[in-house]
Amino acid sequence: MQPALSFEQAPPISVPYRFFLTAPVFGAVAGLVLAWFGPVALQSRWSPGALAMTHLIVVDFMLQAMCGSLLQFVAVVAGNNIWRPHLVASLVHPMITAGAVFLATAFLLEQPILFLVAALVFAAALGLFLTVMAIALLRTPARGMSIHILRLAVFGLLVTVALGATLAVTLGLQADAATTWSLLAMINVHVAWGLAGWALMLVIGVSILVVPMFQLTPAYPDWMTRALPAGLFLILCLWSLQLFAPKDTVQAWQSGVALAGMLLAGAYAITTLWLQSRRRRRLTDATFILWRVAMLSLLAFAMSWVIFDLVPQLGDHSRAPLWLGVLALPGVFLSVITGMLYKIMPFLNWLHLQQQGGSAIPPPNMKQMIPEASMRRQMWLHITALGLLLAAVLWPALASTAGLAFFASCIWLEWNLIGAARVYARFRDKIRAAAVAQHGTPPI
Amino acid sequence: MTLSAQVLPAHHRHCDDLFVDAEECVQRGDWAVAATAFGHFHDQINTHFDAEETLLFPAFEAATGMSSGPTQMMRHEHEQMRSLLAQLEAACAAHDGEAYAGSAETLLMLMQQHNMKEENILYPMCDQALGPQAEILGSKLDAMLEKGHA
Repeated sequence: MQPALSFEQAPPISVPYRFFLTAPVFGAVAGLVLAWFGPVALQSRWSPGALAMTHLIVVDFMLQAMCGSLLQFVAVVAGNNIWRPHLVASLVHPMITAGAVFLATAFLLEQPILFLVAALVFAAALGLFLTVMAIALLRTPARGMSIHILRLAVFGLLVTVALGATLAVTLGLQADAATTWSLLAMINVHVAWGLAGWALMLVIGVSILVVPMFQLTPAYPDWMTRALPAGLFLILCLWSLQLFAPKDTVQAWQSGVALAGMLLAGAYAITTLWLQSRRRRRLTDATFILWRVAMLSLLAFAMSWVIFDLVPQLGDHSRAPLWLGVLALPGVFLSVITGMLYKIMPFLNWLHLQQQGGSAIPPPNMKQMIPEASMRRQMWLHITALGLLLAAVLWPALASTAGLAFFASCIWLEWNLIGAARVYARFRDKIRAAAVAQHGTPPI
Repeated sequence: MTLSAQVLPAHHRHCDDLFVDAEECVQRGDWAVAATAFGHFHDQINTHFDAEETLLFPAFEAATGMSSGPTQMMRHEHEQMRSLLAQLEAACAAHDGEAYAGSAETLLMLMQQHNMKEENILYPMCDQALGPQAEILGSKLDAMLEKGHA
């Protein structure tokens, strides 16, 4: 079997697009939750508003976008061995969407039954998604670091979902469960695998490919592409050992393991910023700036963690985890995802239209898919919202303003993405009409 | 590493540099210099396509008997890039900075993912399939392509 070189291996455009077009909508809902609850939502990470917002962002924004990208990316990188991508997308996409709504509502209304429903829906949706991905990634003839990192990321998602579903069932049954494991340790491990084992691992895998590609920077050093994922994985395994520690004790070694993780994350962020500063293509676009914002946020996250660890008066504050959460979610991950969507959708549009129309009807170029000015303005609004969210952690009176800014930024992103999908549909119809006029039959 | 796996990736980097030179001239609005810079880039990337299509791919196809496999896909992507290059040439002639920027962005994405596929998959396959022949072919390719930075 030959490794992937063929366009035919890409799934139909509707497979990734349904995920991409859903993602920002729930970011907007998260913004509304914050605007509605105001300062109460920012009292601590355990407030119903904070928990609901967090899960709307991580599951419905991040997970949607990442699942859509993976279905596209793995099909091309690993060869055409994803089992029926269209069917998988048709099942997984509505289930993730519904599951996130159940979960967010469960947190907001504190309804145990909804936690059980959410756990069930996620277990089914992600069970299917992970099985399909694991088979594709394990059976691919393709080799290389990116395949290896994708495998680790998919494993990270598996651990996150397994622990998340267990937590949801625990909350749903209101069992002061954790007869074996402490609830806090389970949450710590669930969050770490979700943010670092799945999301950051995926970002690392993607950055190794695309950072040099978009701006013509030097490649990441070889040793780093090996050490980063392996180191991150090892740190997460060590961090998970707290599950087996005596209940409700904080182990001294936990802090050391976390610091090693921060060192690694910081080193990755600095390397990426350094590579970008050595880019041969000086042109700056929204994607480039958003990658920089993400890496600066990651650096700020790692530094804040270290400071919180060294200065317990700061670290023990109930809003300290919210500061970290804002840096990680809108700061690192939504910035990267937005930047990537601004490249992926115009390019997929072009590729699919070019395939349909050939050179007889050349498609619009990438910059005609989403207006540059609109991407830039949305990017500045995203950065403003990020700044306001951080400010609202310090001065909760700003919570509603920050929520509205974040809502507006997500809606604008959605508008830009819908615009790209409409350009695609319009031009596809034009190609079909031309084919009908010429041959009397539409192209396949 | 054999010559064909060294020569062609190095020339990819060279073409990248020429692409950037031309794009920067267009961004500055320096159309006189841009025309020369684009001409140089266009000439080199065409030579690269020709070198692959007339020497490397036929040798690979003869050695493996695969004529509808990866080389066909690479030829198809060359065609896609040629059509974008024609758009860039027209934009350059019309001094249309916006059209140039859009086609350049598209070409860059296509070119980079094409290079990645060649460097990670096709060239290693060529080296393996061609055996000792690879070095001779490498010298021939080397002679066709411009070396170093202009």
